[in-house]
Amino acid sequence: MGIIRASRLIYDYIRRDEDDHVEEVSRAIDGLDLDIKAGDFVAILGHNGSGKSTFAKQINGILLPTEGTVWISGMKTTDESHIWDIRKTAGMVFQNPDNQIIGNIVEEDVGFGPENLGVPTDEIWQRVDESLEAVGMTAYRMKSPNKLSGGQKQRVAIAGVMAMRPQCIILDEPTAMLDPNGRREVIRTVHELNQKEGITVLLITHYMEEVIEADRVIVMDDGRLVMDGTPREIFSRVKELKSYRLDVPQVTELAYELKQAGVDLPEGILTIEELTEHLLPIFRKANAL
Amino acid sequence: MSIRAEHINYLYGEGTAFEQYALKDVSFEIEDGQFIGLIGHTGSGKSTLIQHLNGLLRASSGKIYYNGEDIDQEGYDKKALRSHVGLVFQYPEHQLFEVDVFSDVCFGPKNQGLSNEVTEQRAREALIQVGLDERLWTQSPFELSGGQKRRVAIAGVLAMQPEVLILDEPTAGLDPRGRDEILDEISALHEEKGMTIILVSHSMEDIARYADRILVMSHGEKLFDAPPKEVFRHYQELERIGLAAPQITYVVRSLKEKGIALEDDITTVEEAKTAILRLLRKADGRA
Amino acid sequence: MIREITLGQYYPVDSVLHRMDPRTKLFGTMVFIVSLFLANSLAAYGVATVFLVLVIRLSKVPFSFMIRGLRAILFLLLISVSFNLFLTPGTEVFRIGFLRMTWEGLRLAGFMALRLIYLVIGSSVMTLTTTPNELTDGLEKSMGFLNRVGVPVHEVSMMMSIALRFIPILVEETDKIMKAQMARGADFESGNLIQKAKSMVPLLVPLFISAFRRATDLAMAMEARCYHGGEGRTKMKPLCYHRRDTMGYLVYAGYLLAIVLLRHFS
Repeated sequence: MGIIRASRLIYDYIRRDEDDHVEEVSRAIDGLDLDIKAGDFVAILGHNGSGKSTFAKQINGILLPTEGTVWISGMKTTDESHIWDIRKTAGMVFQNPDNQIIGNIVEEDVGFGPENLGVPTDEIWQRVDESLEAVGMTAYRMKSPNKLSGGQKQRVAIAGVMAMRPQCIILDEPTAMLDPNGRREVIRTVHELNQKEGITVLLITHYMEEVIEADRVIVMDDGRLVMDGTPREIFSRVKELKSYRLDVPQVTELAYELKQAGVDLPEGILTIEELTEHLLPIFRKANAL
Repeated sequence: MSIRAEHINYLYGEGTAFEQYALKDVSFEIEDGQFIGLIGHTGSGKSTLIQHLNGLLRASSGKIYYNGEDIDQEGYDKKALRSHVGLVFQYPEHQLFEVDVFSDVCFGPKNQGLSNEVTEQRAREALIQVGLDERLWTQSPFELSGGQKRRVAIAGVLAMQPEVLILDEPTAGLDPRGRDEILDEISALHEEKGMTIILVSHSMEDIARYADRILVMSHGEKLFDAPPKEVFRHYQELERIGLAAPQITYVVRSLKEKGIALEDDITTVEEAKTAILRLLRKADGRA
Repeated sequence: MIREITLGQYYPVDSVLHRMDPRTKLFGTMVFIVSLFLANSLAAYGVATVFLVLVIRLSKVPFSFMIRGLRAILFLLLISVSFNLFLTPGTEVFRIGFLRMTWEGLRLAGFMALRLIYLVIGSSVMTLTTTPNELTDGLEKSMGFLNRVGVPVHEVSMMMSIALRFIPILVEETDKIMKAQMARGADFESGNLIQKAKSMVPLLVPLFISAFRRATDLAMAMEARCYHGGEGRTKMKPLCYHRRDTMGYLVYAGYLLAIVLLRHFS
């Protein structure tokens, strides 16, 4: 069993009127089965409203299942006695960089988690130092969060989670409000944590270029898991992706279009180098060079 | 009919120790009916610039002319200017406030002093233009999805029937399909109504697809002002200021380096596909 | 830029006073305020002046920053001085029409002015040398005893520190909302009072909604980082007294003693 596991998970948002009568029920997650291996970098794709953010909130018990079960490192999220262990194990980074930073100074914000866990002062400092170093924000430790760029704020938020020494990090659209540079900054940081510290990463996004280097890509639609595979497998199914309101990077799209037009290319080309490498022999054969 | 900016400077914190140029000697002219892409990294001055064009900010020095008239002259009607030059800010959450979608869209025309009848007529037209399902018109704007909110915000400005529409990152945070839908609607306004569009975006792919001219801002200065193909040829300079060309430009460059004779100015997937197929077919024909 | 707004008026230099425990400074400010009300002679004010000048020198904050706060109370100062000058009965100095200025009034007005000015400068010394965060921490720790009577001291100080973080963000957001509505022809300036109040609706509704959203987001983020109130919580920067604080308390004691003695023997 992996570090994160969901079994026949169902979640309903229930809207009630003033008298507590159920007014509307909308199913955000509809029978999700998922098992995530420790140490993996997993990307969850899906359009807005596909249920991917709702799922993220299930993982550390911010939302609890309507039906079914979620386990984190073998702990059930519905087991109240483990709630803090679960949140410590599965740290979470949210979309809006401003609304998750609590401290007025970068280093104090990073220390917030350990403070809550009752970690002794000396060790808090040690953890803060290490976490800031890991996300490359040591130089900004005395700054006010209000003076940082969006990408830097998200790195502070990641450091804040790292200071709790989690086994996995869930990032719920961490780049949706950032510019391209901030986006790259955050994704690079997360990959480093995954590779150097062996942290399991669950990245929720709808930017396709962010998932190319993931170990595994999961596509959600209507609260269900609809695609699951390596980036190459997923990106070879361009038409299917588009039917889920998603897209592919331009290079993948070009390769797909050329293949459709009869050019003999393999499926699921992800990088410029790959496309060049495969196109060259074709041009040579056709004497088009 | 045009917007003309002449040597615009804008200083933050004038006269203090924190004095800083947000815009530095920026000049350009935007003719009627153009589709302009405005790009630049965060803090390059592009947001400051667009707020000058409808008179929300006043230049420290330099002049802006709308249809030949200096907008900073004594007695110029800035409120009227704002209905000619419509500006949609990035976050719809910053402008939605009414109890239902329809009333919210009525806010602009009502401020113009139009009669109820005309106001409602315009709100209806605007909502149809942005393709918002009529069933949603009576709903609270706060209960809509991100893409729907964005549409209502755009309709709120369209209802004033501007001649120029400026949009600050209208696709931020939307999923790929939502992005395409919004951009297609904006493009339709340009094609069908002949509206002048200024689109601020971080996505070079989007800009390459829609704009017929690109303004590049960097550190408060105008760096490039040319058609997309020409601007993206300077991809190295764009990279130096924290931007890039569309990915397809790099694909084409990589193929060219290996000796495939593609044109230099390919900026969209469609163009690349056509060019590659043409080369292959030509070779086939020879053989 | 609006982003530059800082709350409080912290002046960042390194001095003994800056390094002092916020509790020591809070207590010192209280001692000083009490002393101003005990002082009733020229000699006592002399001692207070020496104390204040010494503290200002120790703080390394330029004097001009110290007196900035006075601008806010200038009007209050003028009114109370003139009331005291002309409405105190006693030996007449001169009179203009029905206004009589007395020697007693002069003395009272002088002390009153000094008291107000010293009060403002005295508290400025604290806010200039203490960051809002330290101040919150200091308040939390020194008001800890209120916990026993059911005052949620930790929660209140957490709220204060969150407010400190979000006020600049909301100020900036207000500016953005105003511009977005002005772009739709909103007018926040002209019109009578009722029209003006009405024109605030398009500004306030988005602002409140955004503030609520931020609050919900933040609560969720805090919970995700295992926040569960003050219980069992440790501190990254716990307050602890150093030698300079002991020195501080000794100086306060000596100062207060001098003021009390002067009051008794004059």
